Amino acid sequence: MQLGDGQTTYGLQIQPRMGFFTDTSVCIGCKACEVACKEWNLVPEDGLVWSGNSYDNTGELSANTWRHVAFIEQQLDDGMRWLMSSDVCKHCTHAGCLDVCPTGAITRTEFGTVVIQDDVCNGCGYCVTACPFGVISKREIDGDGGMHKCTLCYDRIEDGLEPACAKACPTKSIQFGPLHELLERAHGRLEDLHEAGVDDACLYGANEDDGVGGMGSVFLLLDEPEVYGLPPDPVDPTRNLGTIWGAAGAAAALLAVGVAFAFVGGGDD
Amino acid sequence: MTESRLSYYGKPIIKEPVWKAEIPNYFFIGGLAGGSATLSAAARAAGNEQLARRALYVAAAGVTVSPYYLIKDLGRPRRFYNMLRVFKVTSPMSVGTWIVASEGTSTGIAAACELFGILPRVRGAAQVVSGLLGPAMASYTGALVADSVVPVWHESRRELPLLFASSSAAAAGGLAAALTPVASARPARRLGLLGAVAELVTHKVMERRMGELVAEPYKKGEGGRYAKAAEAATLSGVGLMLLAGRTRTGAAAAGVLLAAGSWSTRFAVHHAGKTSAADPKYTSIPQRERAAERGQPAVTG
Ligand code: SF4
Ligand code: SF4
Repeated sequence: MQLGDGQTTYGLQIQPRMGFFTDTSVCIGCKACEVACKEWNLVPEDGLVWSGNSYDNTGELSANTWRHVAFIEQQLDDGMRWLMSSDVCKHCTHAGCLDVCPTGAITRTEFGTVVIQDDVCNGCGYCVTACPFGVISKREIDGDGGMHKCTLCYDRIEDGLEPACAKACPTKSIQFGPLHELLERAHGRLEDLHEAGVDDACLYGANEDDGVGGMGSVFLLLDEPEVYGLPPDPVDPTRNLGTIWGAAGAAAALLAVGVAFAFVGGGDD
Repeated sequence: MTESRLSYYGKPIIKEPVWKAEIPNYFFIGGLAGGSATLSAAARAAGNEQLARRALYVAAAGVTVSPYYLIKDLGRPRRFYNMLRVFKVTSPMSVGTWIVASEGTSTGIAAACELFGILPRVRGAAQVVSGLLGPAMASYTGALVADSVVPVWHESRRELPLLFASSSAAAAGGLAAALTPVASARPARRLGLLGAVAELVTHKVMERRMGELVAEPYKKGEGGRYAKAAEAATLSGVGLMLLAGRTRTGAAAAGVLLAAGSWSTRFAVHHAGKTSAADPKYTSIPQRERAAERGQPAVTG
C-alpha cells in the first residue's frame, strides 16, 4: 500500500516519500536514538533528571527532545512486562502544524517530510495547538523562542544518509527508507508476530483513511496507542476548516445584521 | 478505566497552548475594535454623529493597541513581519493578520481625518472599509482557536466564532453607550443588549453541544471562574442597562459591566483551552469513543 503524499509540487525534484518504521517489539530502551539525535541536530541539553517514571528521563517529545523513549511497566496476570517505544514526529500526510503556520516556516520537503525553517519561524505558537500528537513545543533555552521538532534529518537524507536515530539504533527498532517499502515490512512483521501468538500487536499510522491521511512514521505497537501516549484517533483540525470558516462567516454576517437592527426605529429615545 | 490506560503516566497527549494573557486580551480588544468600527459606520450612515464619532475613537484605540499584544506574545517578536509575507487560507492566523492590518489602516485613517476635521471623502471611504471589516475582525479569532486540536476549542468550532462576535457586540455597544449622551445612544444600548443576550445563549448552547466531559473546563478551575464571572457581569450589565440605561451614570456602569463580561468570556475560553489540553482524559476518552465508531482508523492489524 502507498500512502498519499504532499510533495506533488516538486516537479522533477520529487523524491520517493521517506519515513520511519519504529518496531517497538524489538526496542531495548537503550536511548541511543535520543542521544544520536541530540548530537547530530545540536538539540540543546534541557535537564539531566530522572522522571521517576520507570527508566524515562526525557518525559515527552518537545522542542528539545525529538526522539523520546517511553518505558511502560505493566503488571500482567502471569508476571510483569516492560514496553519500550521510541516516539517521534509523525510527518503526517495532512499535517496540522503545516496547515496553520502563518509565516510559511513549516514546509513539506521533496521527501514528503515536514520541516520547520528556523530562520522564518516567528514563534507565534499556532503549530503547537494544531499537532494532534503533542510533538512541537517552544524552545525557551537561551532566548530562542522558536518552535522545534524532528526534521527526519533533512540535511542527512538529502545527502543519501539515513537519519541519526535509525543509524544509531542497535536492534533495528528504528528503520528508515521509502515509505512504501517500510509499510510492506511493517505488515510482514505484524503477520509474523500474530503467527507467533502476539495477538495484541498492531500497526499505528499505516492507514491513509485515518484523520491525518496516514503517517510518515509508522509504529508497531504491543498495546493500545494511549498507553504509549499516542492519541487513539488523531485528526488534523484543518480537516474541519470548511465548517470553521462557515461558522465565522455566519457569525460575521449576524453581527452586521445585529448592528443594523440596533438602528431600527431611529437613534433617539 | 484506570489512569494508566488513558495516557502515558497520566501525561498530556497534546501540548498545552503556549499563548499567554496577551492573546485573550487581544481577542477582547480586537473584538471591541471590530464591533465599534461597524457601529460607528452604521451610526454615520444613520446620521448619528455623536455616536459615530465616539465609537470610531474606541475602534481606533483598539486597533492601535492590538498589534502590541499580538507581537508581544510572539516567541520572536522582531520577526513578526514574516506573517506579512504570506497569505494562507488554511491558517486563520494568517487570514486574521491581513484582517487586522486592513482594519487597523482603514480605522486609523478614518479616525485621524475625524480628529483633525480633514479630508471628509477619504474619511468616508475609510470608514466604509473599516465598518465592513469589523465583523470579520470580531469573528476570525473564534475560528483561530477552533482550528486546533484542543478538545474544548475544536469541539465548539460551530459556536466559537458566534460567541466571539456576540461578545464583541456586547462590549462595543456597552462602551459606546457609556461614552455617548443618552439621547444619541439608543442604538448602542440596543447593540450591547443584543450582543450580551446572544453571548449568554451561545455559551450555553456551546457547552450543551460539547457534552459534559469535553465542556468540563468551563465548570472548574480557572476556566470555570472566568466563565462564572463573565455570566455574572454580563447578566448584571443587561439588567442595569434595561433599568438605568437612559441615565448617564446607569449607562456608564452597565456598559463597563458588559465589557467586563466580554473580557472574562475570552479569558474563560483561554483557560478552558489550557485545562483541556493538560488533562489527557479530554483527548483520550472522546477519541476512543470516536475510534470505536469509526473502526479505529489509526490502528490496523
Ligand atoms: S506529528 Fe505533529 S509536528 Fe509532526 S507533522 Fe504531524 S502535525 Fe506536524
Ligand atoms: S511558531 Fe513558527 S513554525 Fe509554528 S506556526 Fe508560528 S511561525 Fe509557524
